Amino acid sequence: MIVRFFHQMGSPRYFYGVAGKMIPWFMVGFLVTLLLGIYYGLFVAPADYQQGESYRIMYIHVPAAWMSMFIYVVMAVSGLISLVWRIKMTEVMVISSATVGASFTFLALATGSLWGKPMWGTWWVWDARLTAELLLLFLYLGIIALHSAIEDKRVAARAVSILALVGVVNIPIIHYSVEWWNTLHQPASVTKLGKPSMDMSMLAPLLIMAISFKLYYGAVVLMRARAEIVERERNSRWVMEMVEQEAK
Amino acid sequence: MNPIRKKRLILIGLMVAGVGVAAWLTLNAFSDNLMYFFSPSEVAEGKAPTAHPFRIGGLVETNSVKRKSDGLTSAFSVTDNAEAVTVEYTGILPDLFREGQGIVAMGQLNQDGIFIASEVLAKHDENYMPPEVADSLKTAHDKAVNKTQSQAGLQ
Repeated sequence: MIVRFFHQMGSPRYFYGVAGKMIPWFMVGFLVTLLLGIYYGLFVAPADYQQGESYRIMYIHVPAAWMSMFIYVVMAVSGLISLVWRIKMTEVMVISSATVGASFTFLALATGSLWGKPMWGTWWVWDARLTAELLLLFLYLGIIALHSAIEDKRVAARAVSILALVGVVNIPIIHYSVEWWNTLHQPASVTKLGKPSMDMSMLAPLLIMAISFKLYYGAVVLMRARAEIVERERNSRWVMEMVEQEAK
Repeated sequence: MNPIRKKRLILIGLMVAGVGVAAWLTLNAFSDNLMYFFSPSEVAEGKAPTAHPFRIGGLVETNSVKRKSDGLTSAFSVTDNAEAVTVEYTGILPDLFREGQGIVAMGQLNQDGIFIASEVLAKHDENYMPPEVADSLKTAHDKAVNKTQSQAGLQ
């Protein structure tokens, strides 16, 4: 049954319909968790013993940074499947994820910079963590540029998948940079073995925000994938029929 | 799995492994350059450059911060709990600068072995907790220390 589900999801027409039904659910989930997370993060969670109120920017920064890596891994896995099995839908997933991923990477860099000025005393330093994350932003931008430079969508998807797979080596480097080298950026508080170095009252809103960002990604990637499907299949019968129905 | 797909999968596997090895070799070769700062022990061993500025990182030693009469210059020692280096800095220190906290300073050693910093950045650690929790941890710690001290006194 699971196999059948994946087979059906591999068909652009079926995917288009299912995605259309799923988007509102993702959106509702995103808004509810976002409001909850912001409320608990900004009003309920206590101030930090060292940083005072400034630490609250992490409720945007940390989930955004997690998402920047998570989306890249999704792209690389989709790219692998596209290259080996030549499935159209995973090709669509690779390119639909790129812009959301780039936005989250930018958000992580920008919020980190805003926090760095008062806390560290500088907007930017070239330490291993910050540089590797900046490289990730360039990888995303490179993928977007490469995709739009090639006319044929299937050729473009193959090129982009290879670039995504080459860049995946950067993901462990970002994660472990704070352990392998001396960096100004602090080591991981949550994504490590053992107990998180964060009080539960502060951690709970962070996890809610992380779920919220994931749901947002789900909604946006499905919207972009639907748009991409319609563009790719614009000459097929089902798209034409759908457009005619809409016109009536 | 049909042979064509298997071949593609192997090719991609080789490509990713190749890139991984290349990245690993590069990072290994440049690992010294990727270090953002030197620790006081490394400075003591003479690993830090003397001809040009470098960064030093460590904890500000407790009760070591002294302000000069001009009101802007401060001197403190930075330690990694093994070696310590005295740092002098003229300027505004960041919010998180305090004794017992981590810092990274950019500058150069002078003839007396004092590190003249041109920039001091605070390094935050990975611990997040409300002030009350920090207080109770400190009280518990002090209690334990007092207890061991009084036991030692009794003996």
